[in-house]
Amino acid sequence: MNKLKLVLLNNATFIIFIVIFIVFGVLSPRFLAYKSLEIIVVNATFIGVIAVGMTFVLLTGGIDLSVGSTMYFSAAVLGYLINDLGVSIWLGMLVCLLVGLLIGTFNAIMVTRIGMVPFIATLITMVLARGAGMFITRSVPVDYPESLTTLDAINVFGVIPMPILLFALVVCVASVFLRSTQPGRQLYAIGNDPEGGRRAGLNTRRLTAMTYMICGICAALGGIVSIAQLGRVNANFGVGNEFDAIAAAVLGGTSLFGGIGTVFPGTFLGAVMIQMIQSGLVFTRIDLYLQPIIMAAIIFLAVLVDSIRSSFIKKLQRRNITKQTDGAARSGSANG
Amino acid sequence: MDDQPIFQCKGVSKAFFGIKALDNVDIDLRCGRALGLIGENGAGKSTLMNVIGGFFPPDAGVMLLDGKPYQPESALDATRAGIGFIHQELNLFPNLTIAENIFIDDFPRRGPLINRKSMAERTTRVLRTLGMDFSPWLKVERLMPGERQMVEIARVLASDARIIIFDEPTTSLTAKETEKLFVLMEQLKTKGGTIVYISHILGDVEKLCDDLVVLRDGRITASGLCGDFSVERMVSNMIGRDIGSIYPPKKNIPGDGVALAVRNLSQSGIVNDISLELREGEVLGVFGLMGSGRTELMRMIFGVDDYESGEVVVGGAAVKRSNPRDAIDKGMAFITENRRDEGLLQSFPIVDNIDLVYLRDFVHPVTRLVNKKKVAGESARIAGELRIKCASVDRQAVKSLSGGNQQKVVLGKWLVKKPRALIMDEPTRGIDVGAKYEVYNIINDLAAGGSGVMVVSSELGELMGIADRIIAMSRGEIIQAFERGEFDEEAIMRAAFRVHGDSMRMGSAK
Repeated sequence: MNKLKLVLLNNATFIIFIVIFIVFGVLSPRFLAYKSLEIIVVNATFIGVIAVGMTFVLLTGGIDLSVGSTMYFSAAVLGYLINDLGVSIWLGMLVCLLVGLLIGTFNAIMVTRIGMVPFIATLITMVLARGAGMFITRSVPVDYPESLTTLDAINVFGVIPMPILLFALVVCVASVFLRSTQPGRQLYAIGNDPEGGRRAGLNTRRLTAMTYMICGICAALGGIVSIAQLGRVNANFGVGNEFDAIAAAVLGGTSLFGGIGTVFPGTFLGAVMIQMIQSGLVFTRIDLYLQPIIMAAIIFLAVLVDSIRSSFIKKLQRRNITKQTDGAARSGSANG
Repeated sequence: MDDQPIFQCKGVSKAFFGIKALDNVDIDLRCGRALGLIGENGAGKSTLMNVIGGFFPPDAGVMLLDGKPYQPESALDATRAGIGFIHQELNLFPNLTIAENIFIDDFPRRGPLINRKSMAERTTRVLRTLGMDFSPWLKVERLMPGERQMVEIARVLASDARIIIFDEPTTSLTAKETEKLFVLMEQLKTKGGTIVYISHILGDVEKLCDDLVVLRDGRITASGLCGDFSVERMVSNMIGRDIGSIYPPKKNIPGDGVALAVRNLSQSGIVNDISLELREGEVLGVFGLMGSGRTELMRMIFGVDDYESGEVVVGGAAVKRSNPRDAIDKGMAFITENRRDEGLLQSFPIVDNIDLVYLRDFVHPVTRLVNKKKVAGESARIAGELRIKCASVDRQAVKSLSGGNQQKVVLGKWLVKKPRALIMDEPTRGIDVGAKYEVYNIINDLAAGGSGVMVVSSELGELMGIADRIIAMSRGEIIQAFERGEFDEEAIMRAAFRVHGDSMRMGSAK
């Protein structure tokens, strides 16, 4: 019974994904066409890439509220470099990613060196980076050259849209890192118990710092993807996207308490799911003003599942002192 | 082997908040030998281990490893130096697999990636030496406490440590698992490994160890070949004084009224069908080993933790479940075992700590403002009665007080009103002998004044010195009750171990 509950809670992402997919498919058969599914994944890329970075931070039990502003600031720098200094788009994009890394490093220093609470530290950065971006642009919309916006329309090998390839690449690299490298696994350990991680001799500070830096780069990269799709960036570029990124990660089963979550399938599905809901609501012609409410309800559900799962696991882990048949039943031999 | 010690502590000292936890301690470890380290709670064993493990540096003294200075700054330094720890408290990550937990600080790698194959092989090999046939990829959250302890041991074995420190490794193990562990320790010794074994189970120490060091109040009171020590001599060196003089003469006479009654209290996996009565004016001792459920039971009675079924009655009225406020209103008081984190507001002055519980009795009925003058007066009175040594009652932060005085502050906050039933969990842990005597006096006075006092302690001698009745707990059940006239250390110990194992592993200690 407990086992079944745990299986359901641990696979909540898949279950919610399939339910949403079926519901929209039934309500609007057009939703199931190959082309509309492709569009959903293409549109999920920009939030997806940011959400991958966010997953790293959430795994340590932290949070990064500055990703939306990071997108804007790095986009402003990119525009300035290309439009005002005449830098090539490739060098421009590289610098843009470095700006993301820089902001991530700033967050990392505040959290791991100064010891600020991640929520407050990244809230400061959120305001700071947007301010810095506005300072550069004077809040005038920035336009980007066609050479950049056409990148979005490239179909690699004639079939795979560029954003999807990029998304796949980011998900792959991040997933392999988290699954199969030493620092990746150690992130799960410190997310589960930072003090225990320290006792086990892990470099908790460095690992935590790394997640904010990765998150910063991912935010800048997500910004580039979005720029290539929109071609123009105005002063509220990225506003509210931190919420979408956190929601995608949490919908994908990442725990806000740290230590639980995957990039693939987790966050990948979460990001696609968010886009699926948004597109699905359009396809089914649900009242435009009802859509945010429905969105909020679905995210609430995902976070609720996360809370229930955490407290449930905690209950299961309570020290078993009395001699009960629990252990015997599990190993299949009841001799106690 | 050779005579040169592999590891030495010379004159190591360490103090916390003015209390000497370690005072000029010398130890030598040699290859192929096991050193038994024994002492009462708070004697300094854990502090010594933490100094060796690099958790904090000693205030004075040096440590030598292979004759060279050893100054660890973190747990990682200790591991790299070949010193492995098996802690009493588990240090595992339940969200990771057994193999990942074993190699968490140093994964086998191929290039940048983890070499899963080699990891699985090495894990399986280590698990097999411990007689466990689990998949290396099983998550630790699915293991039982004893099995988790074995994983902890496997981790240290896999790190190829030359010196392994076992801190009470057997408390959560079954008799069978313990047997396996002892065989393994013998094997380690024959392979030239060095072992430090810390345990309260003196019979085990006698059986396993070659050398012995006895600590008391941070000082070494005896050391030498283990064979030269009988369990009796170990105990007398641990306690170091005649029991009669450490406890004040009893003044209380248990009455007939029931101060606190617990009826059929159960919480699956923690405690099972507990019923007990605490009479007015009685001091009731609760004895059990670490992990017997004694602390969990106390927390449930007071309402800090929830329970599934049963009832707690104070002064004839049932206390609401999981509701400390109601427990306090009915006249219950509770002293937690975790003084530092749960018992005190560390950076607040003494006054604010003492008035915390009954602050609402000092508010003006209409304005709801706190009558500061009255509060300060009352606190000062209690601080004086308890003879809390401090510079200023209303300015000095509690954290600057010594452990004994801190404990008096914790006690003080429950003495503003006389409690009907006072529960004390390890009230003398980590405080010095003098402060202990004063705490015993307070218990004595409270009971003489008609309060029921329930004391949990892992020092049986202490309970025998102050209690009117002792109940022994094991595995979440009350095994047996002993009246003051029939106190017998061996019998009580046996009761505390009864459900624990098929074989008796307790040496007699008189």
